[in-house]
Amino acid sequence: MKIAVCVKQVPDTWAEKRLRESDRRLDRESADGVLNELDEYAVEEALRLVEAHGGEVTIVSMGPERAAESVRKALSMGADAAIHVSDDGLAGSDALATSLVLARALDGRDFDVVIFGSESTDARMSVVPAMVAERLGWAMLTFAQKVDVDGTTVAIERAGDGETVSVRASMPVVLSVVEKINEPRYPSFKGIMAAKKKPVESLDIASLGLDAAAVGASGAWSEVADFAARPAKAAGTVVTDEGDGGAQVASYLVEQKLI
Amino acid sequence: MLFTSEHEQFRTVLRQLVEEEINPYADEWEAARIFPAHELFPKFGAVGALGLCYPGEFGGGDADQSYMAVFAEELGRADCGGVPMALAVQAFMATPALARFGSDALKQEFLAPAITGEHVCSVAVSEPGAGSDVAGIRTRARRDGDDWVISGRKMWITNGTQADWICLLARTSDEGGYQGMSLIVVPTASAGFSVGRRIEKMGNHSSDTAELVFDDVRVPVRNTIGEIGHGFQMQMNQFQDERLVMALMSVSGARRAIDRTKEYLRMREAFGQPLIANQYLQYTLAEFVAEVEILHGYLHHAIERYVEGQDVTRDATMAKLKAGRLVRQVADTCVQFHGGMGYAEEMWVARYLRDSRLGSIGAGADEVMLRVISMMEGMGQR
Repeated sequence: MKIAVCVKQVPDTWAEKRLRESDRRLDRESADGVLNELDEYAVEEALRLVEAHGGEVTIVSMGPERAAESVRKALSMGADAAIHVSDDGLAGSDALATSLVLARALDGRDFDVVIFGSESTDARMSVVPAMVAERLGWAMLTFAQKVDVDGTTVAIERAGDGETVSVRASMPVVLSVVEKINEPRYPSFKGIMAAKKKPVESLDIASLGLDAAAVGASGAWSEVADFAARPAKAAGTVVTDEGDGGAQVASYLVEQKLI
Repeated sequence: MLFTSEHEQFRTVLRQLVEEEINPYADEWEAARIFPAHELFPKFGAVGALGLCYPGEFGGGDADQSYMAVFAEELGRADCGGVPMALAVQAFMATPALARFGSDALKQEFLAPAITGEHVCSVAVSEPGAGSDVAGIRTRARRDGDDWVISGRKMWITNGTQADWICLLARTSDEGGYQGMSLIVVPTASAGFSVGRRIEKMGNHSSDTAELVFDDVRVPVRNTIGEIGHGFQMQMNQFQDERLVMALMSVSGARRAIDRTKEYLRMREAFGQPLIANQYLQYTLAEFVAEVEILHGYLHHAIERYVEGQDVTRDATMAKLKAGRLVRQVADTCVQFHGGMGYAEEMWVARYLRDSRLGSIGAGADEVMLRVISMMEGMGQR
């Protein structure tokens, strides 16, 4: 089974993130870049699937030069090879452009399964997996909390609000997985050393045969028109309990129409 | 020292392991006076942390000692001293002699499962009547055909109540002094082995430190590490790793303690301003920063020399001496600068003071380090 896992480098989840005044884009220098935490579940699931069924795992990432560190981390977890699409002309790409680039990088390589994390912790749109599936014309199984492979059939479980949905599709399929699905492994010392020697194929807009106008800022269908810093937290209401604290809290909640 | 990108990647993994697998449980394990070694060690084994510098054929990483430094520096940042010490015993104190001098069969049987974390191990040198004075040990292994029959007691044994095997230093002849000792691997499942008692200590509460009793314990002579009669020399060799690891853990722990104290002084106000505005407090911490960094640099230099294959006895001895003394001052000052909170159990500082006190006692007391340096300087005799 040939599995591709699409990963993204994002600003450290716990860091204070900023937008740049000049182009209203994320200031990538303001925080360390890390492998999107939710993508680690996708890498782990791919590794578990090939451990159970055989095959190989290829990491696919679109991002600037320094995203190579995150690609390397995914390789150190145990993936076999990687494709890194990097090009100055990709800066400013929106979800549509990203899906175009990823679909082009994935197409024609005989992947049976492509796995994504459920979202990236920076943009948080969750739409790229579906867009990639649409562009490739493959089945799409999203938000999986459990994946089973039987021959060429992939079955997933997705948690709904009040029920669990089971969905099945034939390969090739695009999956996205949620945090509940597994516990990602830590990269091991041997994994880190081995990752140094694993092949990473570098691609850019030209080698993918893409129209430069269709990607990057020029190809974006949406743009950030304006932004404002989050207002400082207003002081809360302090209730001093003089025997009637419960009643005061209750009337506050009634005022707020919460009860 | 030149740390590569791979060193930094592995450092990140260790930091995450400490933050996710040790720190959230530190309070619980300190209160329980023990931690679950057989649950925790396999997690460190899985990332290769317990066999970094050991041969690949037994599951090790084939790395040089620069990775020992990364291990010690990250483990030194944990929220308690006991658990990192227990891991360090497993990875760099009970196993180096076995890895360097043991037979392949012995390494397969005991080193390989220690590297995965499946086996927990201890090193047993000190006794009720002899600690720093290693020549005074009396635990005796008598030869009976192809077996050793071991009798004696060992003290202060880290991982003592949970160990699957012990790297034991015992007398195997009547030569006395530094002669006639051997290192023997003793499985704790052997008949006649028992844990005499768990020792209540001033600090490192999460670590189970024990007195061990050997009452005619029979183990095969093939469990001897390296040559019979060369145990003292092998243990002295093994001590170099132990002392370097302890010094590195102390230094990185001290750095973290200074940083945490700085944060507290920024937050805490007195006399109308944050305490950090007080120049006396600034300068005191600044001086410690300088001392910690200088010692850290010296240790990195020692590690570089170790990687080059040079004898680092002198460096390890000096660094261990100075690190033990420095962390005592740092810890005492951190308590002082926290005022009443520094004396309270609800803050980290009191535990840090207790735990760091071991630095001047374990792996050879300060006075033994001074004795070794004196001899190297031609001022004393054995």
